[in-house]
Amino acid sequence: MEGSRRSFLKLAGVCALGLGVKPAVNAFSADAPAVGPFSLNPGALIGKQWAMVVDMKKCWEKGKEGCKDCLLACHKVHNVPEIGNIKEEIKWIWTEHYENAFPGQESHFMPEFMHGKPFVVLCNHCTNPPCVRVCPTKATFKRPDGITQMDFHRCIGCRYCMAACPFGARSFNFKEPRPFVKDIDPTFPTRERGVVEKCNFCEERLAVGQLPACVTSCKVGALTFGDAENPKSEVRKLLAANFTIRRKAETGTQPNVYYIV
Amino acid sequence: MKMYNADKIIPGLIIFVAVLTLPFWYNLGKAATPPQPKIDTPVIQQMSEKTCILPKTEMRAGHMQMLNDWRTQVVRNGLRDYTAPDGKHYNMSLQNDCMKCHSNKVQFCDQCHNYMAVTPYCWTCHVEPKENK
Amino acid sequence: MLEKAFKGDQRYWRWVLSLLAVMGVGFACWGLQLNRGLTITGLSRDVSWGLYIAQFTFLVGVAASAVMVVLPYYLHNVKAFGKITIIGEFLAVAAVTMCMLFIVVDLGKPMRMLNVLLYPSPTSILFWDMIALNGYLFLNIIIGWNVLEAESNDVAPPQWIKPLIYLSIPWAVSIHTVTAFLYAGLPGRHFWLTAILAARFLASAFCSGPALLIMLCYLLKKLTRFDAGKEAIQKLSVIMTYAMIISVFFVGLEIFTAFYSQIPGHMAAIKYLFVGLEGHAKLVPFMWLFAVLSVFALVILINPKTRENDKTLLMGCAAVFFAMWLEKGLGLVVAGFIPNMFEVVREYIPTPPEILIVLAVWATGTFLLTLLYKIAVTVKEEKMG
Repeated sequence: MEGSRRSFLKLAGVCALGLGVKPAVNAFSADAPAVGPFSLNPGALIGKQWAMVVDMKKCWEKGKEGCKDCLLACHKVHNVPEIGNIKEEIKWIWTEHYENAFPGQESHFMPEFMHGKPFVVLCNHCTNPPCVRVCPTKATFKRPDGITQMDFHRCIGCRYCMAACPFGARSFNFKEPRPFVKDIDPTFPTRERGVVEKCNFCEERLAVGQLPACVTSCKVGALTFGDAENPKSEVRKLLAANFTIRRKAETGTQPNVYYIV
Repeated sequence: MKMYNADKIIPGLIIFVAVLTLPFWYNLGKAATPPQPKIDTPVIQQMSEKTCILPKTEMRAGHMQMLNDWRTQVVRNGLRDYTAPDGKHYNMSLQNDCMKCHSNKVQFCDQCHNYMAVTPYCWTCHVEPKENK
Repeated sequence: MLEKAFKGDQRYWRWVLSLLAVMGVGFACWGLQLNRGLTITGLSRDVSWGLYIAQFTFLVGVAASAVMVVLPYYLHNVKAFGKITIIGEFLAVAAVTMCMLFIVVDLGKPMRMLNVLLYPSPTSILFWDMIALNGYLFLNIIIGWNVLEAESNDVAPPQWIKPLIYLSIPWAVSIHTVTAFLYAGLPGRHFWLTAILAARFLASAFCSGPALLIMLCYLLKKLTRFDAGKEAIQKLSVIMTYAMIISVFFVGLEIFTAFYSQIPGHMAAIKYLFVGLEGHAKLVPFMWLFAVLSVFALVILINPKTRENDKTLLMGCAAVFFAMWLEKGLGLVVAGFIPNMFEVVREYIPTPPEILIVLAVWATGTFLLTLLYKIAVTVKEEKMG
């Protein structure tokens, strides 16, 4: 029986390694493919790269001053909590002044009508998103239709994506958000403390053939949503007819929210 | 054979066994009532054929796995339409579709979950049906 | 050999118990954080990484410093380091454990930690960091323990250790290269978007690590019969000196690039650190302390007389360690978030529970180090007779 304990342990180690092969293979294989009894809802909107064109002039000239319709609509249908302090606030769509939304592009001599005016900002659903690159669990990932999606079930709350986003589009749940949601919309979940969240281009509405809440709630039509890869879409028509700028385009993230100037 | 430190080991062993078997002799004579999930919600009562997406036995044993699969399909693949083995189409949503029929979470879901001392944390995020608020 | 950690005098047990007390308090605070969320910290939507990640960043450098004794000894036969390779390796174990603990306490959902293993994401640097840190931890535990055990049994270390030792050398470089890559690849954060960030991490590691090693060796000499030897200490102090010179030089390079180019994005964070930005200046006193300590350290270390004198050398080591902690453990991470992506300055102040958790993790690392050093020193003392 000499050396038998050592050889037993060696054998046990090899067996344990062998048992680990299937989970390892599973881990490296892609997520469950879209075969079997799962399919898109009939009537779902389909696109290759969803994008948005923002026409702030329409908002300023035709809309009411201080209008917050798009913000309120989005935050209502997504149960976005109102935390009440600026350090922990959660926002999916909001407004910034020009020099904050487009830092580095301001000048001393800006036209009078732009002073203090709001610019609607949100997640840009970039084509080359740094947040997706850095996520260690792929809890944030790029969908085939171009939406940069959050999987709240998988997020470990490491906040690497918040550091990586050049646009400050992401918010973190520092505490339990439910108590801070004024009017819970029962058709959409809330989130838990400890996960990151951001605009999801209303993918749950797109799935049933509806446009995003911010787009439909704008009374003056300042927001246009469409498929940037479809030459016939509203978005492409606007992009062909107007000069547009994007936030921090020099970072190469290829943002998909365009601003008509 | 002499047992060293017997005066410490034997009492220690007795205490250990007592603590280990605590759940058994503490609950002697008290049987917990088996769970009785109720399916008499308004929506179910109006159904002509009271069937769920899958047969009862499959749902009872496999609803956790099914919900996990649904979650993967909805969140990661964007697919929301489920074709059941009997050909019917269902929208894959816990709070919007499962709970449409089973809107009595306390008398349905919680019955078995409490019995098994299971606390799924789905409801921290997914909104419970209004009856249960 | 583990039993050697459980035999100690009153002083030893008082030290261990006080560490356990600090660990206990911090652990309770972490329980509060699990319960309430990261709202109990001073973190915010703008400064989303703070003290926890900053400590991890600093300690990764300290952990890599084991290579500073292992490389010369195993690759270049610098015999003087033979006695203290174990001291360096065990320090690496304690430091890497602290790194990983700091990451765990920083997570919003630590119970989902294993998702990083279940859903590997090779495009994410955090994924590679996890592999690098864990690998380095195992390497150092296995190497240190086996070499020490061999010494304790008066035999040569087993042959299979040699490839592991050689592997640990580039691996040490990799752990802080990967950690620097966490920051250096983010397109929006100008303070971090510099090619020399990894080089800066290496340089500060190679001075702060040996600084701590030297201080620990003096402590061991005072408390036990273990003497690292004048030659080893002197060689380490020379390495530390050159690394400190290069570190400070690198900081100067950053300042030049930012202020000669006059690009606002590059200047903003440095201005915030050293003179304040838009009236916000909470980190300014800390950064000037870093500057003063660095100059002081360089003066002591470059001059051979003060470098070779025990007392002044220790002052220099403390200055180096504390200066590097201020620069990496406080300045680097926080200033990357200030100003935020909208060019607005929102400052970060850690809260008391956050600080208690930080202290508890440091105490845990110190506790681990105490146990490991107790074992190592006991073995060495037994060999001395």
